[in-house]
Amino acid sequence: MLLINCPYCDDTLPELEFAYAGEAHIARPADPSKLSDEEWRDFLFIRTNVKGVHAERWRHINGCGRFFNALRDTVSDQFVTTYKAGEPRPEPKTLEAAE
Amino acid sequence: MTAHVSNLGDVTLAVVPPVARFNLRIAPGDLKAASKAFGLDLPAKVGQGAHEGDRSAWCLGPDEWLLHAPEAEQGTIVDAFAAIREKVAHSLVVISDREVAYGLSGPRATELLTTGCPIDLGRIKVGNAKRTVFDYAQVVLIRDAEDEWRLEVWRSFAPHVEALLTTAQRELASGL
Repeated sequence: MLLINCPYCDDTLPELEFAYAGEAHIARPADPSKLSDEEWRDFLFIRTNVKGVHAERWRHINGCGRFFNALRDTVSDQFVTTYKAGEPRPEPKTLEAAE
Repeated sequence: MTAHVSNLGDVTLAVVPPVARFNLRIAPGDLKAASKAFGLDLPAKVGQGAHEGDRSAWCLGPDEWLLHAPEAEQGTIVDAFAAIREKVAHSLVVISDREVAYGLSGPRATELLTTGCPIDLGRIKVGNAKRTVFDYAQVVLIRDAEDEWRLEVWRSFAPHVEALLTTAQRELASGL
């Protein structure tokens, strides 16, 4: 079972407490009616589908209930780090320094 | 739901008598006002509990608390929070009847809980609580003593959880 660190609980807990919530850092356009159909489609459906480190949203639904972001390697399924919602995606350099 | 106590092997499983329960959502910055209204300093860290007299509070999330008080004081507490609502924005929901609480005690109570809980129960300190899952049903686990737990679960999930608890209890008693 995967162990996920919740940045709000400051605790590492089993995957069963969490729910996956799609790719992170996708901001809803401020005025959707001004968008072309193609732009709206891209916002709704087009995702990076990265092979490697992926920024994604998770929710600690059976715990504190909060949404947060995580960097997970889609190849190895390993969590690189987790961080609170609203914070920028950590750069690889700062991650190396923290280790 | 029939309230009962079953004492089998090393674990006693009982339906705990009802209490007044509240779910409080409030900005952490306003915690002092809420503590004053409830008459107990609310804990600030997720998982922590605070107890004074017959009132208890546990922090379940960054801005969420579970409050317990005697049933007779439910109205008083609702009024106390209503009085501060104008100045301090918050949400206080009475959930007394939403949950059924099971009490587990005995030397193997923690072991019994591990049959349904994926978390490391040893990390929950006495007096603290944690919201987690018990076989996919969301529960709040309260640790009252080293081998004494309370498991609060939504009423609709209670038959499922109770059936699993009694089965596990019988398995432990039979030496499985």
